[in-house]
Amino acid sequence: MIQITQLSKKYGTTEVLNINSLDIPTGQSFGLVGNNGAGKTTFFNILLDLVRPTTGSIISHDFQVNTTEEWKTFTGSFIDESFLIGYLTPEEYFEFIGDLRGMNKADVDAFVAKFEEFFNGEIVGKKKYLRDLSKGNQKKVGIIAAMMGNPKLIILDEPFANLDPTTQIRLKKIIKELTENREITVLISSHDLTHVTEVCERIVVLEKGKIVKDIQTSAETLQELESYFAV
Amino acid sequence: MTAHFLKLEWKQYFRSSYWQKSIFLNILLGFFALYFMASFLIIGIGGYYILKDQFPNQDPLVVVNSFLMYVIIGDLIFRYIMQKLPVMNIKPLLTLPVNKNKIVHFILMKSAISIFNLFSLFFYIPFAVVLILNGYDSTGVLAWLFSMILLTQSANFFNFLINKNSRVFAGLIAILIIGYVIHKFDIFNLAGFIGEGFDAVYNNPVYALIFLVLLIFLYNFNYRQLRNEVYLDALISQEVKFAKSADLSFTDRFGDIAPFVKNDLRLMMRNKRTKSSLWMLLMGLLYEVFYTQPIYADMEVIFVLVGIFSTGIFLMNFGQFIPAWDSSYYKMLMSQNIKYERYLTSKFMLMTISIVVLFILGIPYVYFGWKILAVHFAAMIYNIGVNTHVILFGGSFNRKKINLDEKAAFNYQGTGAVQWLIGIPLMLFPMGLFWLISWLINFESAVITLLILGFAGIALHKNLMTIITKKYQDSKYKMIHAFNQEN
Repeated sequence: MIQITQLSKKYGTTEVLNINSLDIPTGQSFGLVGNNGAGKTTFFNILLDLVRPTTGSIISHDFQVNTTEEWKTFTGSFIDESFLIGYLTPEEYFEFIGDLRGMNKADVDAFVAKFEEFFNGEIVGKKKYLRDLSKGNQKKVGIIAAMMGNPKLIILDEPFANLDPTTQIRLKKIIKELTENREITVLISSHDLTHVTEVCERIVVLEKGKIVKDIQTSAETLQELESYFAV
Repeated sequence: MTAHFLKLEWKQYFRSSYWQKSIFLNILLGFFALYFMASFLIIGIGGYYILKDQFPNQDPLVVVNSFLMYVIIGDLIFRYIMQKLPVMNIKPLLTLPVNKNKIVHFILMKSAISIFNLFSLFFYIPFAVVLILNGYDSTGVLAWLFSMILLTQSANFFNFLINKNSRVFAGLIAILIIGYVIHKFDIFNLAGFIGEGFDAVYNNPVYALIFLVLLIFLYNFNYRQLRNEVYLDALISQEVKFAKSADLSFTDRFGDIAPFVKNDLRLMMRNKRTKSSLWMLLMGLLYEVFYTQPIYADMEVIFVLVGIFSTGIFLMNFGQFIPAWDSSYYKMLMSQNIKYERYLTSKFMLMTISIVVLFILGIPYVYFGWKILAVHFAAMIYNIGVNTHVILFGGSFNRKKINLDEKAAFNYQGTGAVQWLIGIPLMLFPMGLFWLISWLINFESAVITLLILGFAGIALHKNLMTIITKKYQDSKYKMIHAFNQEN
């Protein structure tokens, strides 16, 4: 359960985000769409306490994110490549994140093995540093790392960008499985309306930092979004 | 076209956010350059007379020539460490109607006027002028000077060919050492032999053409090599090095800071910038050769300087850029469930271990007197107890991102005012304190004072770390923001 009240962020006099009130119940798959500069990444950055809000607060599972650090124990995230450590191999990176999330080596191995298909044989055992992987493969590592250690909340910024079609389909399957039991909340931002409508049961449209649409996904949603963005 | 290129270079330099942010640093570097030029100039003018005075029976030019081998190899070694390959952002130019040959020539010519090639001229030209004024044959001297300039340029291009090849580098050092040793033991005077070659240039100016041929050959060789690389595949498909995984399981004994220690070790072993910092460890030990000079034998304050520096060189090199080493993934660290204190403690551990190891490696210098060992021991404790904490605290003011893939020498990326100011408490304070107390009371009390401060720091470690951690937490957002900026 994430509760957002009176949240705003200003850089100088420019307001980049202003959300009066937004509740995301536990177990929901939540999609955020909007054009460049709509405030999606800023919102995620505030949610992860990487940027301070100008006003308001976010309460994630009873913890206010900018005053405690407890939320970190149950939050997994991947915003961009700067979340990766370039000089580690994927295995070492998983081990590092696993260590931080209280998993031992065996847990990590077992966890990573589950995503063999998703990795398509291009990640594990290749003896390559993360910095030498292609953008798409880096993304795969980051996304899976965000799911380590049984998080209750997973935040993925633009997870479908840079991925090949096969991997996009596999990723959609993984996300659907995550929210199946309604215990894990998944927050996704995307520019690809098809993907986001397929995966998310609720879609919020941001424009210039404000919520302009809040839709429970249905058969008509895609069309509604397309006509909204076709200006 | 060349004018276009020059304009691009100019803008690239002055519009880089790096330049705009650190004018102070640039001015300081400018002063260093001026200092070196002035020194070379003075040696160039006075060199003739000094040599005449010291070796009245020998021709100064012959003396200089007999040392040239060392100068040339030394120059190459210096370049290997310091000089950057000439680069230009050619990617956007490739699809434009620009002649590729021109791009390559421009890059090469640009390197010909590099500051490394200019320095030595400040010696050679005045020296040659003085020679002519003293009645040397001017054609011969000019031929000699011409050869020196060509040689410097050849060294420039040779350096690009050997760059990054550590085997050639090792070879150069070997020639230097072997040449010195066989001369010392009167087996063969290699440098003198080569010097005779330079004497011949003076006596027979036509020989200078040999160096011209050498330069043309090296230039062409470089040209052909670079010309082959003006394609995207050379740029894009950078060679992928296979990951080497060393077994770091021994770090597990560090308990909950183990993941960070492991990460830091990998950080150091796998990135260019940090690797060159490791080399500097050796330089720290070499610093102690001060002691072979009898002038310093009684200057106890110098012991403190050397002690702090030689045991603390890693502390300073690594410590001054905490947490900027992790700047490229700092956001991730901050969104993970980590205790800041553990992150910092792991850095503290690494620095402490390095201090102890460097102290042990420096023990043989006890040969120059027990006082040295005593001061070094005190310096070690002071480094562990005080300087590590000071540098960690200073780190919380770091606001500059570091790109790990670049070399360390002459790389000032990530350097801000903090790095310069932090030197004061780290080195000058203990030196001043030591000097004051040994002047007021005696040597022993001064050593004990440093020890007490060091041990106090160790005893208060927990509390100090709490304060430092607080400081880092307070600057968290500023750091995240700053590390997001490209330099």
